[in-house]
Amino acid sequence: MSDIADRVKKIVVDHLGVEPEKVTPNANFIDDLGADSLDTVELVMAFEEEFNVEIPDDAAETIQTVGDAIKFLEKNSG
Amino acid sequence: MFDLSGRKALVTGATGGLGGAIARALHAQGAHVAVSGTRRPALDALAEELGSGRVHLLEADLSDAAAVEGLVPAAEAALGGLDVLVNNAGITRDNLFLRMKDEEWDSVIAVNLTAAFRLSRAAVKGMMRRRHGRIVNIGSVVGATGNAGQGNYAAAKAGLVGLTKALAAEVASRKITVNCIAPGFIASPMTDGLSEKQREGILATVPMGRLGEGREVAAATVYLASDEAAYVTGHTLHVNGGMAMF
Repeated sequence: MSDIADRVKKIVVDHLGVEPEKVTPNANFIDDLGADSLDTVELVMAFEEEFNVEIPDDAAETIQTVGDAIKFLEKNSG
Repeated sequence: MFDLSGRKALVTGATGGLGGAIARALHAQGAHVAVSGTRRPALDALAEELGSGRVHLLEADLSDAAAVEGLVPAAEAALGGLDVLVNNAGITRDNLFLRMKDEEWDSVIAVNLTAAFRLSRAAVKGMMRRRHGRIVNIGSVVGATGNAGQGNYAAAKAGLVGLTKALAAEVASRKITVNCIAPGFIASPMTDGLSEKQREGILATVPMGRLGEGREVAAATVYLASDEAAYVTGHTLHVNGGMAMF
């Protein structure tokens, strides 16, 4: 796993309080990890802070799985 | 009870009588307060009166969208966070409905409702992160009863009630409460200017037989800002001497 993937995973585990094993690239925040819509907003805020990027609303809407987040951040951060 | 030591609060419209009373009451309970307003001398006077290092002045005209955008970040920077937002700033541009200009409508909605929306949106971000927050919107009895000559003001104040409930439902799981206080007739420089006859007319509608005091509204704000009110959210607390009962 890349450094970005590790950091994303840590944020998701900390924020949603889920087992690290469940946080796979295909895991959907809402369907698989029990997030509600407010959690997804908070996750995006946490990603923005951790990676010092701005994630616009239309991009945020496409980030539905752990893999989506990793992909977006690999492309758009640092 | 109602100890606010270490809490960080922003009160808008603090140069008005009511905002000043709210700032004083939060400060007296131990809070650090940032006060915003349009009249610098009045802000300075309030700061001088409160005296301690727990007061920060932020000049802001909430009819100016850029000033609204900048206010919560400025308060968070000055205070080192924000626990309590009191949306108190308000203006009136009274006119009979048939005579009301678009400008009179728009300006009242902008300051009394849209600014509260924008400030709450900005404030709730940090509150969610900290898993604690209190938003208190200062409405009006007129938002519930309507009032001839105040179509714009009544609409804005009723709008605050809906905003309060919707936001309260969204952020309750983050331990943030959002409530509204609806004052009735409160003694102020404006009511001081009333004629004896006008005054009698108003008091006839108030079972308590007197005007309210700013500090009585401020006390309700302290309660809603406190830890003790953690289970109260989406509520509109009427402070009106019984002039309208819900």
